[in-house]
Amino acid sequence: MATAAPCRRSATWAASWSSSKELNTPERTHTLRLAVAWAVLSVIGVVVAMQVNMPPGHQTQQAADESSLLSLMLILSTPVCIGVVLFILYSVFAFRRVPGSLDDGPSRRGNLRMQWAWTIVTALIVFTLAGIGINGLANSSNASTFSSSGGSLGTQTVGTSASDRLQVQVIAQQWYFTYRYPGYGGAESTHLVLPVNANIEFHVTSTDVIHSFWAYELGVKADANPGTDNITYATTTSTGSFTVRCAELCGIWHGNMFDTQGKVVSQGDFATWVADLQSSETGITLPPYAPEYFPSPRVKGT
Amino acid sequence: MSEVTSGATMLQPSVRRMSLPTNALTGLVLGVLGYWAGVQIGNGLGFNDSGNTGVLLGYALGSIMFLVGIGFATYPLGRLLGWQTPSQPAYDEYKGAWRYLNLSFDHKVIGIQYLIVMLMAMLFGGIGAMFVRTNLLSADTPIFPPDKYLTLVSMHSVLMIFVASAAIVGPFGNFFVPLMIGTNRMAFPRLEALSLWLVPPALVVMLLTPVFGGFQTGWTGYTPLSEQGGQGFDSYIVGFTLIGTALVVSGVNMLTTIITMRAPGMTWTRMPIFVWGVFSASILGTFAAPVLAAALCMQALDRSMNTSFYVSSNGGSPYLWQNLFWIFGHPEVYIFILPAFGIVMELIPHFARKPLWGYRTAVVGLLGVTLLSWFVWQHHLFVSGIAPALRPFYMLSTEMISIPTGIVFLVAFGTLWRARISLTVPMLFSLGFLYNFLIGGISGVFLSDVPSDITLHGSYFSMAHFHFTIVGGEIFAIVAAIYYWFPKMTGRMLNATAGKIHFWWMFISFNLAFTPLFAVGILDMPRRVSTYAPNLQGINDWVTIWAYVLFSSMVFFAGIVIWGWFFNPKLAVADPWHVRSIEWELATPLPRRNFERIPTFTRPPYDYGEGAPRPVIEHGAEPAPA
Repeated sequence: MATAAPCRRSATWAASWSSSKELNTPERTHTLRLAVAWAVLSVIGVVVAMQVNMPPGHQTQQAADESSLLSLMLILSTPVCIGVVLFILYSVFAFRRVPGSLDDGPSRRGNLRMQWAWTIVTALIVFTLAGIGINGLANSSNASTFSSSGGSLGTQTVGTSASDRLQVQVIAQQWYFTYRYPGYGGAESTHLVLPVNANIEFHVTSTDVIHSFWAYELGVKADANPGTDNITYATTTSTGSFTVRCAELCGIWHGNMFDTQGKVVSQGDFATWVADLQSSETGITLPPYAPEYFPSPRVKGT
Repeated sequence: MSEVTSGATMLQPSVRRMSLPTNALTGLVLGVLGYWAGVQIGNGLGFNDSGNTGVLLGYALGSIMFLVGIGFATYPLGRLLGWQTPSQPAYDEYKGAWRYLNLSFDHKVIGIQYLIVMLMAMLFGGIGAMFVRTNLLSADTPIFPPDKYLTLVSMHSVLMIFVASAAIVGPFGNFFVPLMIGTNRMAFPRLEALSLWLVPPALVVMLLTPVFGGFQTGWTGYTPLSEQGGQGFDSYIVGFTLIGTALVVSGVNMLTTIITMRAPGMTWTRMPIFVWGVFSASILGTFAAPVLAAALCMQALDRSMNTSFYVSSNGGSPYLWQNLFWIFGHPEVYIFILPAFGIVMELIPHFARKPLWGYRTAVVGLLGVTLLSWFVWQHHLFVSGIAPALRPFYMLSTEMISIPTGIVFLVAFGTLWRARISLTVPMLFSLGFLYNFLIGGISGVFLSDVPSDITLHGSYFSMAHFHFTIVGGEIFAIVAAIYYWFPKMTGRMLNATAGKIHFWWMFISFNLAFTPLFAVGILDMPRRVSTYAPNLQGINDWVTIWAYVLFSSMVFFAGIVIWGWFFNPKLAVADPWHVRSIEWELATPLPRRNFERIPTFTRPPYDYGEGAPRPVIEHGAEPAPA
């Protein structure tokens, strides 16, 4: 082919390392090198990825489900990332143009079998992940565990009996959450306290704009919409403290709408705490109990 | 013969011309007058609306009068009044910089105008990002008051969405699609110019929002939060509507051009893959942006005339806005990335000197993303309280997008395999795109599964995810395209050594700035907060410092472009890259008429290694139409 134009100056060390003899290496050698390197690095990568403890932890059944799914995804994506990066780097070093040459590569316009194989493999990975997710969601209607139901379920309750759950109404306003325990005479608190080994049924709503109730360690996130009773579940499995944040932009003090004093306590401690709450004057003024609240109609220009 | 002539004389229209000189300056003056008139009219209506009607009408009338001042009304008004008005403005023949401040129907002038406008918007958006990051240097003592901080966040996001929507199809689509398919102009040059000139008013309107108190809603503009916003939020409504209109106008034009104006022999399977990228993005722009414009008009009516489409206490629903916004919003993100896929898959074969491997599969991938992108929008609403039965479907459809997206990687790999790669600056940015988009894409899978999304939704993880796809993906592709096509667009070369420095500077700082944000998100930091947990301050400071480095790399890039454009004495040759593509066969600088004779395409694109002769096209005997 034609010799190079002078502007094509790429005589870096990598380019000189990749001489023309590299271009004559048999295809099988390239494939083998890549496959071995990928396998070795992937094993290392997967072993490392398996050591990572993904949040949000194990304070509830739901959080544990999310942690294990995040870990699974990290483990599955590690070989994919390694493969892509390795392929790019290998190609750049092994298939470098001889500096100054304007040689063309082989005219290959595709390999249908490989394209099908690639598509089927990505489809399998994708459908596996979706299957795991859907399976988790299907279990969320199982009233005994409420597995994977930390995300909101809209207005739909699951299971049949309400007697085995603790109902908590989460009322979001600009810029704090209030928690109301309808089963305890509507006692209200600005900190969320929950008993361990209990099924909690959150009813999340808002009195003004859209907020999102994010109890991080509980693996719960549900938007608080005005005019909507958004239901979500958590099954507490160990005691400890947790943080509640607002996860939806709700106005200027959005960043300050958090509470680090959430607690999961033993059943006995909870009974004491809620009895105290019922007898004490909290000074909270909220509209009377209703499943949902509407912002007061706008009166403009006032 | 003489009878015909006399007949023509009888039909001669009155010889009068619009005496107003039409250009960007006239547009500015008329725009200000229009704004003033709109405010007077809107406030004069006497609605009990906190002055929103005045501002909305002011922006709308100001934008329309700006377009009149640019010259869009001259031809239709002139025809209406029976004046003799040339359909093609005479100043298309203007030379020098002045022509860029005038209405032009030359797709090459419009491409350059678009590039300049987009780079300016990117500058404003980037400065906004620097303010945001500076504010986050401290966990609990922010520099800006929270309303100012959120206005900065919102302006950064909306301006960057403007950039991301139009910065490939606008500059490079308009400039190169007609060249690549072998025609002299777009199907609707007037609409092409309109899609450009709608952008400056949108930018001005958006930059005016701090005057009216800004807006604190982010780019999503969720109701009822937006109802609490003052007149600053009207900028969001009008600015976004203008951009949405530009997307529709440009989409219709691109589709018509690509469908109907291809030169003989330019069959669907011979179109450069970049044209396919623009084509698929244009489908999305044409059909998604009207939803946005309509939904925004409903917000405008809610704010001005007290309708209650989105007001729950009056029977409306905030969910309606969320759904309409994301019906637009999710196809929108593929409006960003599909042309970027096009650029990367266009550049890799040229710099690997190998045909695009799996061309048809690549096209199927682009069209597959186009189709699937309509069925995924509720993944933004997984925790909003939608009916839980819908979630498995949206989870599956979202994850299925990985399949056509994966094809892009397969095609790139197949092309790189046993190729003759030369690491030019555009190639470096294309390979950088592959890495960044890999991370962006895989983190997208984390977000698409409902149980993992419960933890990640609305956190910095999702913020890092879309910055990897938009900055690491699309912006890298835009920069690659600028380095690649700059010689053809301006007739000047960009400095290759400086370009390589820029690549490493930008690639490293981008990754060091944004990778830790995944961890910040997993460690429970929500988006759009001005204060955060003290234990995350170290990692946030690290991010801010690398964000400064990233910004400085873009300043360096601006220096490279400005030096190359105005001070580099080195003129570009017609084909500096030695690639086989039609735009490089034409002279540099390009003639006013791209093709004097209709070209004929006889071969598929990227015909490397097939011993085919140059030029890659044949110029037929037939003269090309205007």
